[in-house]
Amino acid sequence: MTEQGNSTPLALDRADARVKHEAGLSGAVHTFLNRVRSGDLGSLPVIVGLVVIWTVFTSLNPVFVSSSNLVNLLFDCSTVGVIALGIVCVLMVGEIDLSVGSISGFASALVGTLWVNQGWPVALAILAALVFGALIGSLYALLFNRLGMPSFVSTLAGLLAVLGMQLYILGSTGSINLPYGSALVDFGQLMVMPKWVSYTLAVIPGLAMLITGFRSVARRRAANLSTPSVAGLVLRVATITIGLELIVAYLNQSRGIPWMFGLFVGLVVAMNYALTRTKWGRSMTAVGGNREAARRAGIKVRAIYLSAFALCSLFAALGGVLAAARLASASQQAGTGDVNLNAIAAAVIGGTSLFGGRGSAYSALLGIIVIQSIASGLTLLDLSSSLRYMITGAVLAIAVIVDSLARRSRASHGRA
Amino acid sequence: MSESPQMSASVGELVLSLRGISKNFGAVSALTDIDFDVHAGEVVALVGDNGAGKSTLVKILAGVHQPSSGTINFRGRPVTLPDPRAALTLGIATVFQDLALCENLDVVANIFLGNELSPLRLDEVAMEMRAWTLLNELSARIPSVREAVASLSGGQRQTVAIARSLLLEPKLILLDEPTAALGVAQTAEVLNLIDRVRARGLGVVMISHNMEDVRAVADRIVVLRLGRNNGVFEPDASNQDLVSAITGASNNAVSRRVERLRMERDQSAQAGEPRP
Repeated sequence: MTEQGNSTPLALDRADARVKHEAGLSGAVHTFLNRVRSGDLGSLPVIVGLVVIWTVFTSLNPVFVSSSNLVNLLFDCSTVGVIALGIVCVLMVGEIDLSVGSISGFASALVGTLWVNQGWPVALAILAALVFGALIGSLYALLFNRLGMPSFVSTLAGLLAVLGMQLYILGSTGSINLPYGSALVDFGQLMVMPKWVSYTLAVIPGLAMLITGFRSVARRRAANLSTPSVAGLVLRVATITIGLELIVAYLNQSRGIPWMFGLFVGLVVAMNYALTRTKWGRSMTAVGGNREAARRAGIKVRAIYLSAFALCSLFAALGGVLAAARLASASQQAGTGDVNLNAIAAAVIGGTSLFGGRGSAYSALLGIIVIQSIASGLTLLDLSSSLRYMITGAVLAIAVIVDSLARRSRASHGRA
Repeated sequence: MSESPQMSASVGELVLSLRGISKNFGAVSALTDIDFDVHAGEVVALVGDNGAGKSTLVKILAGVHQPSSGTINFRGRPVTLPDPRAALTLGIATVFQDLALCENLDVVANIFLGNELSPLRLDEVAMEMRAWTLLNELSARIPSVREAVASLSGGQRQTVAIARSLLLEPKLILLDEPTAALGVAQTAEVLNLIDRVRARGLGVVMISHNMEDVRAVADRIVVLRLGRNNGVFEPDASNQDLVSAITGASNNAVSRRVERLRMERDQSAQAGEPRP
C-alpha cells in the first residue's frame, strides 16, 4: 500500500492498483460504453425503441410528430402513466398487482357518484377515492403478510371484486358524465402551462443536477474520495437543459405542456428520489433483491410490503381520477380492457424487472410514452384496435427479451 | 484429554460466558448443560459433528433461539437475547453461513443495510468513506464499493459480510462456516481476515468443519458432541484426539491408521532393523 512518486495522496477508493479507473470526460464516455457492452443497458433500449417507433410512424403519417398530436399524447400518457408508477413500486419488491385497472375504474366511478350524484365537494370525492385505493392495497398487503397469499392470486381476486363494486355503484345507468367547465375536467382536457412556466420548469432539472453534482464533488474531495469528471457533469447538464428547452419550445408551438403531464412527471421525480435517496427506497430494493437478507439486516419487511401495495393502489386510484377527468365521464368501461396490461407493460418496457430489486421510477415515464406512441400512431393510421393489441404485445415481448438477454450478459460480465 | 476450561492464557477480559445452557426442541435436547467462554482478542473454534448443536448455540447467541435454561453473561453482566436486534445492540454480530447479502445492491448499500446514515437524504459520501475505512482496516481486497455484490467472488462477499458485521462496533463476532464454500486462496484470505479481527481486540467464535482452518487461526478449540461439551483443545492437539472427541469413537479411520503405523513401527523394532 505504499505509493511512491505520487505527489498527490491517492484517493481512498483508488488505492487498489488492480482496478482500472477512468478519469476525465473521455473516461466518462468510456465507462458508459463499457457498461452498455456488459449488459447494463439502463434506459438505452427503450430510448432506441422510441426512436424507431417514432421514425416508422412519422414516415407513415407526418401528422404523428406534429406538436398538437404530441400534446395530446402527453395528455393520454398521464393517466395510465400514474398507474404504471404504482406498478413500479410493487415490481420493486418482486410482487405484482393485477387489479390496478379495476381500482382505477372504481376510483373514477366513486368520484362520479359522490361528486355528481351525491353533491360532495370534488376535492372530498377525490380524497375518498384515494383513501379507498390505499385501503385496497393495504388489504392485499395484509393477505400477503399474514396469510401468505400470493399477490398474483389476491390481486386477481381483487380485479373481479373491485370491478363488481364499480358496476354496483354505477347502477343501471352505467355511466356518469362529469360536468364540462368544472376544474377537474378542465385539468384533464384543457389546462396547459403558460409558456414562461414551462420554459422555467425545463431549466430546473439541469440546475438541480448541477448543484447536487458540484456539492457532491466538493464533499467527495473533502472526504478524500475520487471525484467524477466535472466536464462530464457540465456536458450532461447542458445536453439535458438544451434538449428539454427544445422539446418545450416545440410543444409550445401548439397548446403547450399539459398541467396533468406536469403532475405525472412531478410524481415520477418524487418517486425517483424516494426510491434512490431514502432509507425506505433502499429497503424496497433490498426486499426485492433478497427478502431474507433484508429481514436479517433489521428491515421491517412487512411494513415495506405494506407501503409498496398501498402506494400501488393509491397511484391506481389517482390514475383513475385523472382518466375520469380526461374522458369527462365515469363509465362501466373505465379501467377495463387494456388499462391493466398497459400499466404493467409500461413499467416493464421502461426497464423495471419483473423479478424485483431492479427498476426506476423513470421506467414508468419512458414505458408509457412508448405504449401511447404506438396507440396514437396506429389511431392516426386508422388501424383497428385488433392490430394495436398485437403490436403492443409484440413490443412488450421484445422488451422482455431485451431485458433477459441483458440480464444474461450482466451475469457473464459479473454484474447483478 | 484436558478438560480445564481456562487452559489457554486468557488474552483479554472475559467477553462472553455461558453456564449450563440447555435448549430443548420438544422432546429433543439440542443442547445440554453447555459451558462456553470467549475472551477479547481470542478466536474460539466451535467444532462438532452434524447435529452436535453448534448452529443451535450460535443461534442462541445471535438471539434467533432462546435457551431453555442456563445463564448468558456478556461483559460481566447477565443478559437475555430475546431477538436478533437485542444481540446486535449488545454488541454480538453474526455472519451467517449464507451471508445474507443483497446481490442487487452495491457494497456500500450492503454494509449499511438497515443502518443507513440520514434516512431521508442518504449520505452516500459519508457511507462510502466509512465503508472504505472498514475495508481498509481489514486490508480487504475489494476493487470498488460501487459495484453490485453480484460481481464479487465468494471470498470478497465473505469480506463484505464481515465488514458489515463490524459496522456497529461489536465486542463479539460469530462466524458460521466462514470458509465452507471457498477455494484455497479465498480461504486463506478469510483466515487472514479473522486474524485481523482478532487483532482489533474482538472475541471471535468460528464454526468450522475444516480442521486445517481451525488449527490455522483458533486459540482454543471447543468440541461439542450430541449437544454436550466434549473437551477443549489447544490448536496443536493431534488430529486423532480431535476426531475421537468429535465422533466419540476411539475406533475410526484416523485412530486405526495411527494404530497401524504404531504396529508397523513396533514390528520393525522387534525385527531389530535400525530405524532410519
